[in-house]
Amino acid sequence: MQLIVNIFVLAAIYALISCGYVLIYRVSRVLNLAHGELMMLGAYLLMTTASLFSGNLLSAFAAALLLSLMVGVLVYVFLMRKLTGEMVLAAVLTTIALGILLRGLMVLIWSAQQQYPAQALRLSNPGIELFGGARISTFAAILVVTTAAIYAALFLFLRFGRWGMRMRAAGQNPLLAAQRGINLHAVYALAWSLSTLTGAIAGMLIALDSGLSSTMVIIGLKAFPAALVGGLDSLVGALAGSLIVAGAEVLLIHYVDPLLSDVVPFLVLIAMLVVRPWGLFGTREELDRV
Amino acid sequence: MSKRMPRASGYFRTDYRQDFALVQTTLQRLSLAVLILLLIGYPFFASPFHLDLACQVFLAAVGSLSLMLLTGYAGQISLGHAGLLAAGAFTVGILFKEVAAPFWVTLPAAALVGGILGVVFGLPSLRLRGLYLAVSTLALHFVVVYLGAEYETKRGFSTGILVDPPQIGGHSLTDGRAWYFVLLFAAGATLLLCLNLLRSRTGRAWGAIRSHERVAEALGISIAGYKLLAFVISSAITAVAGALFAYYRGFVSVEAFSLFLSISYVAMIIVGGMGSLLGALLGAVFVTLFPYVIEAALLALPGSRRYAGEVFAVNYASFGLIMILFLIFEPLGLVGIWNRVQNYFLLWPFKHRPLAGSGK
Repeated sequence: MQLIVNIFVLAAIYALISCGYVLIYRVSRVLNLAHGELMMLGAYLLMTTASLFSGNLLSAFAAALLLSLMVGVLVYVFLMRKLTGEMVLAAVLTTIALGILLRGLMVLIWSAQQQYPAQALRLSNPGIELFGGARISTFAAILVVTTAAIYAALFLFLRFGRWGMRMRAAGQNPLLAAQRGINLHAVYALAWSLSTLTGAIAGMLIALDSGLSSTMVIIGLKAFPAALVGGLDSLVGALAGSLIVAGAEVLLIHYVDPLLSDVVPFLVLIAMLVVRPWGLFGTREELDRV
Repeated sequence: MSKRMPRASGYFRTDYRQDFALVQTTLQRLSLAVLILLLIGYPFFASPFHLDLACQVFLAAVGSLSLMLLTGYAGQISLGHAGLLAAGAFTVGILFKEVAAPFWVTLPAAALVGGILGVVFGLPSLRLRGLYLAVSTLALHFVVVYLGAEYETKRGFSTGILVDPPQIGGHSLTDGRAWYFVLLFAAGATLLLCLNLLRSRTGRAWGAIRSHERVAEALGISIAGYKLLAFVISSAITAVAGALFAYYRGFVSVEAFSLFLSISYVAMIIVGGMGSLLGALLGAVFVTLFPYVIEAALLALPGSRRYAGEVFAVNYASFGLIMILFLIFEPLGLVGIWNRVQNYFLLWPFKHRPLAGSGK
């Protein structure tokens, strides 16, 4: 039972992170390899706002979320906008460089020590007893619920929202979309801010649950195979991919070897690339376009 | 072609022999000789610290040249370079620990392992392009590093494997000056190998694949074969670089081969300039010396004691910043700047280079 709960929690973490990869890739064909760092930045912002609004939970969260939205927009306006229309690879390398820059800055500002935002916000994290003797921590439960809520919201937004439709259009054919009067820069900026927002939410919840240290970047990187296994341009795929990767990871760690933890997602990724490179739900012709 | 010209400002080659010559004018020959003399003379004046820096640069140069061959010339992107370095280093470590193999066994073994891994890294390239290929090499990097870590823990070397210095004719190679010449030779040999590959059939095939795969195939170039060849050669050289690294440090541990190392090799070829061997060398020098320059600059600031603990973070941040600046403002890299300056003087008072072949 506990194993199943663990799989679901890990899948929720991966899903929440990987929707950020999917959003940006779907709209602009850029793979954002700085997602893990942006996620960690969200968590650190929560630390800061927590001490600023000493204890006022809601305003601390609201301020941190707002800040991370702004970070996303800033990243696009000052960095990625310069690279639209350039080689996709240059953009990907720029996100890697951005990640390195952010990691250095975060260590400079917040130091590299492990921190506990839950203590700063004076929140406790009691375990909840589930069916069959399995346990789940409160924040993990919140994380699962949040992931479900965010995915539902994103589905509705992309399907019915005016801007969501624009985002889909820009992803399908940027040239045509621009000619129909869609402001591509605004759409891209929106994608970046939404992706940073979801990443930051993931970062905050993970940090609340298990503390905040530089290992979070690795979690962010491990969520990327989940996005690719499902298909980099499909939200449904991200959910399915997260379940597969999380399932494989938890089971292999439990039954084979705990050292495998860091490598399982990438093994799944390689298997997927060999069999079906465009992912479970991805669009096939993507491959030639890259 | 006039032999007295400092450097050909146009395209004056009239037969194949001239087209094949590596050094074209008298001044080039002269400056090359001076450079070689300087490189040979350097260790007799340098302090041990500067000697170590030079050795690191040569090691990085071997790695960046091989990556340049793969990415800059054959057009196959790899983010798994550190995995291949790790493979070379671990081949040395494992062979040394298990069977106490001497270096003339371990180095070829490392090249062999690298070549085999090159096939593994290269197989996805037959099907994937660009981003997806980069991702698959990234994944393979994690797999190789995991295997290394597994070996370390299972055999009880969890802090790392100690490797004795190589023995040559009864002497063990510990002297910094001797290492300097060994690594200089390694870097020089790699450079020559790359130069020769690139002006042969293989190099031209790679160029064709990079420019346009489908056209290259129509011209009768075996895409799969040459792609795999690029991966195999590049990986074998990289693994040898990793093996040399293991001997030079005398220590092998997975911590040294993080993803950051892969990225710094990619940074070398970007900062240096894609599609140029000179770029690979310049990038290796730049990226290797960069952290030391930053550290020196930080310590020169007033109140440097306070920053001492944060040097690492500053290094990290400024490395990212430099990479971004190069990607956005100078995609041609250091070699682009070098060429611009050179052309300015060569072509003065004109501004543009004549098109190739229009000199007749």
